[in-house]
Amino acid sequence: MKTVITSKGNNQNASFDLRFGRAGWFCVVDDASGKPSFIENEQADATGGAGVKAAEKMVELGVQKVISGDFGPKAKELLEKFNIQMVIIQGENQSIKEIISQLIN
Amino acid sequence: MPFKIAVASGKGGTGKTTVAVNLFHLFSKEHTPKIQIIDCDVEEPNDVLFFPNAKFSSEQTATQLIPEIDNGECTFCRKCVEYCEFNAVVVIPPVKFAEVNASLCHSCGACVVACEYGAISEKPEKIGTIKHYRIGPHSIISEGRLKIGSAMQTLLIKQVKQEALMDMDVIIYDAPPGTSCPVVETVADSDYVILVTEPTPFGLYDLKLTVELLKDLRIPFGVIINKAGLGDYKVHEFLLHEHIELLGEIPFHRNYASQYAKGDIFANIPGEIETQYKSIIQKLMARSPQNEGDYHFKR
Repeated sequence: MKTVITSKGNNQNASFDLRFGRAGWFCVVDDASGKPSFIENEQADATGGAGVKAAEKMVELGVQKVISGDFGPKAKELLEKFNIQMVIIQGENQSIKEIISQLIN
Repeated sequence: MPFKIAVASGKGGTGKTTVAVNLFHLFSKEHTPKIQIIDCDVEEPNDVLFFPNAKFSSEQTATQLIPEIDNGECTFCRKCVEYCEFNAVVVIPPVKFAEVNASLCHSCGACVVACEYGAISEKPEKIGTIKHYRIGPHSIISEGRLKIGSAMQTLLIKQVKQEALMDMDVIIYDAPPGTSCPVVETVADSDYVILVTEPTPFGLYDLKLTVELLKDLRIPFGVIINKAGLGDYKVHEFLLHEHIELLGEIPFHRNYASQYAKGDIFANIPGEIETQYKSIIQKLMARSPQNEGDYHFKR
């Protein structure tokens, strides 16, 4: 199963990004191996529709779960349509590494 | 051709509506009955509230064209996605999903042009209503009212402005506050713009932004200072320094403000306020494009 964690940077020491559509990077984690890979969010600075585009990306990547600080209504609608679980956490000061370790254990 | 005057301001609450309806009232009372006010503040139109005798005459639905994608014809090539400037088209090839998000769509039609397979057609969707009211035999109030949730202010303003009647002598556009697209759309084709401000730092700050906008658009304008007597004289200094015409100053009047709050503003207009409006109207008439030395509209 694939999970995405929104991240401010492109490595495991980067902090968690509370924003979904405007997140800098998407950290894709393979739950079985715990191995992360990072994809840049090309739509982070879009004038509008960043959330929809991020949700579109999740479906494209075949992700089953997304961990972020919150999800806007348009992104939520699309993610729900494809049965992608949305997990909201308050972890602004957490690093991606810490979140992954919680996810695996 | 009517003389088209837009009433605008950067800051909200400076008195655009007050000025617009007072000008409408005095113009029609003393100069010409052929006057139309178009309420372009489509997110909260309220001009008609000040005319309890206004008679509703007609209503029409304003729409925007929203593209629909036929999943049977779509090849999921994503060309329409690349064309869309507003991220409104969602196409996910692996799951054969294609959809337009209506709330992001600006109805520009680019996706229809992009599609090589004829999979996209456009369907009208309601963005608001346009209503007309009669005041007396010749005067008309027209307003646009945006549907709650729609973000298509500018498009609705464009449509309500098409309701301008060319046999009127004067048309007053009551603009929304701010300096963004809806305001640009409202003032764009006007002959003259009245900027309403208040003598406060907030009034001045937003006035400066609006002045910059109008200079860019090259539309002649003048300023009315509303609620004069309150605040400071920084707006006056700015106007002097920039050589901008001060059309008039409407003194702040507590009783008149409470009358306004009750929607009853024409019954007992304080003398000093009425005098100001009359002098403003004289100045405006001298700027009418049809006016060559004499007043265009004499009864």
